[in-house]
Amino acid sequence: MLIDFFLEVRRAKVPASLREFLDLLEALQNRLAFADMEEFYYLSRLCLVKDERHFDKFDRAFKAYFEGIENLEDLMEMLIPDDWLRAEFEKHLSEEDKAKIDSLGGLEELIETFKKRMEEQQERHAGGNKWIGTGGTSPFGADGYNPEGFRIGQKNGRHGRAVKVWEKREFKDLDDSITLGIRNIKVAMRRLRKFARQGAADQLDMDDTIRSTARNAGYLDLKMVPERHNAVKVLIFFDVGGSMDPHVRVCEELFSAARMEFKHMEYFYFHNFVYESVWKNNIRRMNETTSTWDILNKYTPDYKVIFVGDATMAPYEISHPGGSIEHWNEEAGATWFQRISDHFRKVVWLNPLPESYWGTGGSLGMTRQLVNDHMYPLTIDGLESAMKQLSK
Amino acid sequence: MKFTGTENYVATDDLQMAVNAAISLQRPLLIKGEPGTGKTLLAEEMASALGMRLIPWHIKSTTKAQQGLYEYDAVSRLRDSQLGDEKVKDISNYIVKGKLWEAFEADEQVVLLIDEIDKADIEFPNDLLLELDRMEFFVYETQQFVKAKQRPIIVITSNNEKELPDAFLRRCFFHYISFPDHDTMQDIVDVHFPGLQQAIVRDALEVFFDVRKVPGLKKKPSTSELIDWLKLLMADQLSAKMLQEKDTSSALPPLYGALVKNEQDVHLLQKLAFMARRRS
Repeated sequence: MLIDFFLEVRRAKVPASLREFLDLLEALQNRLAFADMEEFYYLSRLCLVKDERHFDKFDRAFKAYFEGIENLEDLMEMLIPDDWLRAEFEKHLSEEDKAKIDSLGGLEELIETFKKRMEEQQERHAGGNKWIGTGGTSPFGADGYNPEGFRIGQKNGRHGRAVKVWEKREFKDLDDSITLGIRNIKVAMRRLRKFARQGAADQLDMDDTIRSTARNAGYLDLKMVPERHNAVKVLIFFDVGGSMDPHVRVCEELFSAARMEFKHMEYFYFHNFVYESVWKNNIRRMNETTSTWDILNKYTPDYKVIFVGDATMAPYEISHPGGSIEHWNEEAGATWFQRISDHFRKVVWLNPLPESYWGTGGSLGMTRQLVNDHMYPLTIDGLESAMKQLSK
Repeated sequence: MKFTGTENYVATDDLQMAVNAAISLQRPLLIKGEPGTGKTLLAEEMASALGMRLIPWHIKSTTKAQQGLYEYDAVSRLRDSQLGDEKVKDISNYIVKGKLWEAFEADEQVVLLIDEIDKADIEFPNDLLLELDRMEFFVYETQQFVKAKQRPIIVITSNNEKELPDAFLRRCFFHYISFPDHDTMQDIVDVHFPGLQQAIVRDALEVFFDVRKVPGLKKKPSTSELIDWLKLLMADQLSAKMLQEKDTSSALPPLYGALVKNEQDVHLLQKLAFMARRRS
């Protein structure tokens, strides 16, 4: 029961777990929602969604699912055996009606003919210029007992119904697949923390003082610790120029947020892909470059490395020596990238292009392979996943 | 000793294999998987299926490996010494046993659950390498050597928030509980809520026909609401495939089975069917 519904919700990328699904069933067992779609909507949302960012996705999944089961109406109807219907049907017919039916060849046959007509000429449903559903003279249409006829009216009703809660999609804006502003970036980056105590010991460590004093048989033994701060070290490589120009703003925002968030942050620029050198100053990029070897030697493997770029270029720029469009590179970009990802423990790639554009082929696919698929879109969601990966 | 799931827990074949291998080869079993796939529950159900005691050790961000072995409560010893308590002369009075110790000294074999190991500091698993491998440790304060009487069955769960060190992983069996497929989910639902669907459907019919008042129902649902409700409840059975085939004979049994248990139900269904058709 409701399993398809649950799977539909999960397909919409709402992170609901089995535990939450069972909660929903338990709520139904206690009849918290009963024969009321709106109640059910609120209840299922309450059980399955744990963050307002996912409300919109949930609403869409809910809508999709219910449009799906709307079609079941026909099936339900088909499934109900004719003889049940007939029994009820006959109960409601007056003697006069029955006589009329007999004159038309008996109920049995009437239903048969009726069905045939339905199958042959579908358009008559809507037109209604035959005896089906027009009312007055026929034993069927007049009283609305027509076993098939209710479909006609019902379809109209369905279309004209009021907008349901889940169709309003009030929570559209909270969906986090949108790109980010500077504050959002900072919040997301805060996930990347590694608190450490380094430097001068200038804070009283209460717990340790008590423990040590006790071990010391009661002689006061003061213990001090250095202040706690975020000791995470970050290295960022930005792709500049060319196809990255449309993404300048988001890169700027990312840069300034990272600057504020991380004490130990170094950044470098590259164009399209990393080769034997990178640079820090875009105006003097030809003169003041830093050798990639120097970077590998200078920064320890615990630096977290973030590449920011669209990874969109000709595949040979990655795969072949001499592939760079700006200069002659002795070794292929892939080789350099491999060196970097071998040296540093954690490497991720942030891509300003929407995830749906990536695909698996071309330069994007190659880059994704090189970063072990740790490429994330530059959205709140993507950034959070990236930070999570880096802090693992 | 074979684990095949319990009446409360649906274990897939690969999971059963992992559990049984871990039991017979006496290796810790590391369980990963999406939240809510029953990782913690597995240990509980294993314990009850095998008739063993469960010792759960829930890990928090502040948990230290040492706490699993033992702790020396120096503060209460100091207090006792100031009060002149006789206990103070024996240091072993202030050694507080941890969960691992508890599991090691049990006379019968137990199931030890180390829950959410990834919550702890990154060095935590490394600090337990020897203890989990050899099932023994040394208590420095009392110069005592603790060795497992019976090697406990160890289940370790992780939510994958941190990567675990290689040395630790090498000592474990690893199983990833993947998200259950449709059929497994049906089994799980059946285990947890047997007959729920039939009950709700029957309630719906009975309420509708005023046979019975369901407590807490604010208003009587209308026909269309009721039809929607039934569709919602039974949509799983009436799959899209049946819809395409339009073969009513094969589709009827599941519907019938979901709805109807006895004579009275059949009658209710007949009436509902009729009213559904009359509605226009």
